[in-house]
Amino acid sequence: MKTIRKILLGAGLVILSQTGLSAESGFTLETVDPEADRLALQNYYQQRFPGVPLEDYVNGIYAIDPESRKQWDALMEFPPYEFDLEEGEELFNTPFANGKGYADCFDNGGIGIRQKYPYWNREEGTVKTLEQEINECRVNNGEAPLPWKKGDIAKISAYMAFTSRGQPFEIDIPNDDPRALQAYLDGKKFFYAKRGQLNLSCANCHLQGSRVLIRADLPGPMLGHPTHFPVVRSKWGEIGTLHRRYEGCHRDSRSVPLPPQSEAFRKLEYFQTYMSNGLVVNGPGARK
Amino acid sequence: MGIMKVKAKARGGNTDVKMMAKHVMETGQRKDKSGNTIPALFLSEIEVKHGDKVVFIANLGPAVSKNPYFSFSFAGGASGDTLELSWKENTGKSGTETAEIR
Amino acid sequence: MSMNRRTLIKAVAAGGALMSLGVLVPRLALAAWVKEAFEAKEQSAAIKALYGGDAPAESADVVLDAPDIAENGAVVPVTVSTSLANVESMSIFIESNPSPLAAQFIIPEGTKADVSTRVRMGKTTNVTAVVKADGKLYSATKEVKVTIGGCGG
Repeated sequence: MKTIRKILLGAGLVILSQTGLSAESGFTLETVDPEADRLALQNYYQQRFPGVPLEDYVNGIYAIDPESRKQWDALMEFPPYEFDLEEGEELFNTPFANGKGYADCFDNGGIGIRQKYPYWNREEGTVKTLEQEINECRVNNGEAPLPWKKGDIAKISAYMAFTSRGQPFEIDIPNDDPRALQAYLDGKKFFYAKRGQLNLSCANCHLQGSRVLIRADLPGPMLGHPTHFPVVRSKWGEIGTLHRRYEGCHRDSRSVPLPPQSEAFRKLEYFQTYMSNGLVVNGPGARK
Repeated sequence: MGIMKVKAKARGGNTDVKMMAKHVMETGQRKDKSGNTIPALFLSEIEVKHGDKVVFIANLGPAVSKNPYFSFSFAGGASGDTLELSWKENTGKSGTETAEIR
Repeated sequence: MSMNRRTLIKAVAAGGALMSLGVLVPRLALAAWVKEAFEAKEQSAAIKALYGGDAPAESADVVLDAPDIAENGAVVPVTVSTSLANVESMSIFIESNPSPLAAQFIIPEGTKADVSTRVRMGKTTNVTAVVKADGKLYSATKEVKVTIGGCGG
């Protein structure tokens, strides 16, 4: 029987540093070591949920909670995102008014590239997300940008993710551009910083709080988090993007959400996705 | 364009059918932003035929989830056969679609 | 009432008399949608409207597969199956829903008495599967907990 366990605030961090495989990784540009962070996170989850294979973390909470898994398996008998995938493919292949299309904006015609996003864009000096480039593609071709959180952009993103299914994420932090490491570090700080009326950090719920009842919800593990987005969420009854979820998470913890695709959210996605390097693209997903 | 997505597989003398209908299944219980009740709009009947034989009927209320899903299995059916799916809304609107057994 | 209506529609379908006139479109006429049952506010009334006669008997031969705690009340996976012979129909009732009858499945001969679907539940309540086999009613009931999650965003 599940009991409500108290979240030991900060406990995760302590465990992290205890189980870090090699180098310590810190919160300054001098001390941060993304690869050490990534390995420490994997190690943390392997110790916390022994027997759960790393590759299963692309399934979020369903990797570590058998009860939830059973219902999810029933949903996946006919995944609720199938209509969205179909529409996403159609949208992706529908030419703009100028005759060009999404395929013209991306490497490899936009197929099988999801595992490279988000990435550090040296020219612009910023983190670029897939959704961001979908809209830039539209604007550059004379089309209006799509709203960020749901609808067409999520469907197009879902289709593009689907064409990358099974490809391991390969997020790069180029070491010849210190701004990239800074972006990662900012994302990491964001993840661990407490905010809002409830004084919660992302880590409180999704690291220490993984599969710990918060009222009636079991938060999913941080490892693998961005791998299955966009998702059809039963709560939403429709498909939505990762940044829509970020916004919701902020509201849940009673803090004022930043706008989707804001710099802070893009850096957070950069950090989170780097931490999932090696896990495969599994989007779109179905979640509660 | 149809509203039905069907996965029908012939296996060992039976056909396993999984189907999902794209439908909002509005309950009639919800209110819009100005406080007016959103009228019920749901699939009320679905019938699946294999040849002339009816193999499945679902009579539905609005408590069936959005994008209704059903799985069932019937004796017979072969790869390449056609299933005929008819549906009706509570509004009276109806349609018929076909799907192939794989 | 409801039985009369069903009988009427069956007769119409069989004869095809009104079909040609376009008065009814009895494409789906094998078992009509029973308005009184789907609109009943009480489960017992819904069962009566759908089947008439006696209340169903609890039976271990009716298998109702539903979660103990629903991940989300909007999408609760439910499977009804039975080893009983000559199954005519299987239906799902959700006691505390505004209208308890969620779905009725007609099982023609040759179709397995094993159907899965997904239903909405407003709150924690009993889910009941009713199977009509050989003219008799059997049931299985399970409480499914629906919680309001902490992560509503």
